Amino acid sequence: MNVILFKLTLLLYLAATAGYLVYIISQQKPAGRVALGVAIAGFFFHTATIIVRYYEAGYAPVTNLHESLSFFAWALIGGYLYIHVRYKVKNLGAFATPIAALSMIASSTLPKKIVALPPVLKSYWLPIHATVYFLAYGILAVAACAGIMYLIQERQIKKKKFGAFYQRLPSLEVLDAINYRCLTIGFPLLTVGILTGSLWAEQAWGAHWQWDPKETWSLVSWLFYAALLHERLAVGWRGRRAAIMAIIGLGALLFTFLGVSLLLKGLHTYAGWGV
Amino acid sequence: MPDGASNLSIVLIGLNHETAPVEIRERLTFGGDRELPFTLIRGILFVREFIFLSTCNRVEVLMTTPDPANAEMEIKKVFTESNGIPLGDFERCLYIYHEEEAAKHLFRVAASLDSMVLGEPQILGQIKDAYRQATDQKTSGVILNRLLHKTFSVAKRVRTETGICSHAVSISFAAVELARKIFADLKGKRAMLIGAGEMAELASEHLISNGVAEIVVANRTLERAIDLAQKFKGRAVSLDEVYDQLSKVDIIISSTGAPGLVINYDNVKSVMRARKNRPLFLIDIAVPRDIDPRTNEIDNVYLYDIDDLKGIVELNKAERQKEALRAERIVEEEVIKFKHWLQALDITPIIVCLREKAEQIRLKECRKTLSNMGSLTPEQEKAVHVLTASIVNKMLHDPITYLKGKSSREHKDIYLDFARQIFNLNGESGDIEEE
Repeated sequence: MNVILFKLTLLLYLAATAGYLVYIISQQKPAGRVALGVAIAGFFFHTATIIVRYYEAGYAPVTNLHESLSFFAWALIGGYLYIHVRYKVKNLGAFATPIAALSMIASSTLPKKIVALPPVLKSYWLPIHATVYFLAYGILAVAACAGIMYLIQERQIKKKKFGAFYQRLPSLEVLDAINYRCLTIGFPLLTVGILTGSLWAEQAWGAHWQWDPKETWSLVSWLFYAALLHERLAVGWRGRRAAIMAIIGLGALLFTFLGVSLLLKGLHTYAGWGV
Repeated sequence: MPDGASNLSIVLIGLNHETAPVEIRERLTFGGDRELPFTLIRGILFVREFIFLSTCNRVEVLMTTPDPANAEMEIKKVFTESNGIPLGDFERCLYIYHEEEAAKHLFRVAASLDSMVLGEPQILGQIKDAYRQATDQKTSGVILNRLLHKTFSVAKRVRTETGICSHAVSISFAAVELARKIFADLKGKRAMLIGAGEMAELASEHLISNGVAEIVVANRTLERAIDLAQKFKGRAVSLDEVYDQLSKVDIIISSTGAPGLVINYDNVKSVMRARKNRPLFLIDIAVPRDIDPRTNEIDNVYLYDIDDLKGIVELNKAERQKEALRAERIVEEEVIKFKHWLQALDITPIIVCLREKAEQIRLKECRKTLSNMGSLTPEQEKAVHVLTASIVNKMLHDPITYLKGKSSREHKDIYLDFARQIFNLNGESGDIEEE
């Protein structure tokens, strides 16, 4: 059942992506409205997918790569919808939905079978630790989308060369505000993610911190975002630098999420291919 | 064309900024009496309906007439005699359009395709005023009502479906448009004018209407600064205080006649920390320039000089030209639709239309009933058809006789249009109520 819902969600995200691309090219408002409707429907079915899988599997579906990529996409769309409602910016969808759709496509190619949970994951920490982390990933991915849009728009205004994007992208100040808002939501989540992970590690492996690659990399990305937040608040970093930082930050997160699981060996390897 | 219709022609006679020099245009005032042109034109025997449009760039009379040649002659007489212009001079400036050409011209004018500044929005309002005046004076009838409503919907279509109005084509507007791409919302932002030139003043007006919270004016002569500040309910400061203001304002428009730089790179660089990197939009419309061009290299500082802004305006003008082509296509489409409506004001098509509609309804209902009744003999089925057909014919007999009886009347267009509306004979008639 969850697989059928998953496929439906994937289709809806692809349709929303197509709708947003049509909208950003044609600038016809109905296209944007339809795309938003489809994205909301997709988010709805996605939520259902996750709940159904939770019941079918008996544990929070954030254990293997199929599940986590899908959950990341869910958090990303959720974050996007929140920002969309809050800031009413146009065309953010054209940047956010393709990432979610890609993540879902990647997820769909991976084994979807529900397998018995490895003993080490049987803990009430699993839903908390992983969910909080992916929520952070989702909202920080939206920050990176806003960052990309900022860089495009800023370049046009600075260089005084106005391309097709100039009319289509929102103002710099709004994009920067989104960046900041996502950071203030994402960073606390990231912090909670690390702390719960550490507590869980204490319980499962007997030590809070063992410098396993995943731990190391999540600390690196946490420090990175901490630096960005600090500079924003203390020195008033904003604009281009903050946008670049948000994009690099997401890169570090994605490496923590995917790169470490797939390339490096460590305690967290169960989060790998899921085979 | 409408010889079949009502024997009335649509004629548009007028002049505009391209065909007539200002010396002629400025004299067409009828001594400032707004009623006078109405009285005079109403007095012309050959004019049925008319609308009189007068702006600083154009004067036009749109009318329906049974005798175009004489009506045109009389109109020219009215204009030349009451404004004291030699007929020859006046005629040289005129354009005269008939029938769908007249409709097309009106559509183009309303869509601002015939304006001095392509896409400027005022002309539509002016046409609406002219139309309101004509309805007040009861000089507009079925045909012109229809034409004007169509005109308004064409203008609206052009505005929403093309970008003809969406690119700033003046320096000050271009600056404001840029400001809105840098700052989300100009509400709560503060602007400073350095130097109090005319363009700076114009830009501040746009800034104020976009919600800028405060205008600070700095000028060499404090007196002028105070004058201007009062006008915008802002504050005047002396030129020496400009640096202090740098950390407080968000938009600076500089237009002094100073030979050297008023704001240099270090001035700006050093305030960015105090500003917490809040964006600063510098607009330098002075020649020679007031603001160091290198300030544009500082993060979160955006500098535009007069040439940059002119470049944008040129691009936008080209953009509007492109959009105008699409607008022309919309106009052509709508002219064809209007032509159909005009032709449909003839008696024969209405009767045909009415009969067709009745027959369609009859057949549809028969089919429904017959299929429900099960097995009927061919004779019985035929009887049902004969019965229904004769009911329909009897019902239509009186309205059709009535319409035919009116076909020689002078104001038959009223009856015809009315008949169309009562029987809802074309999809087209629905959109007359749009505006």
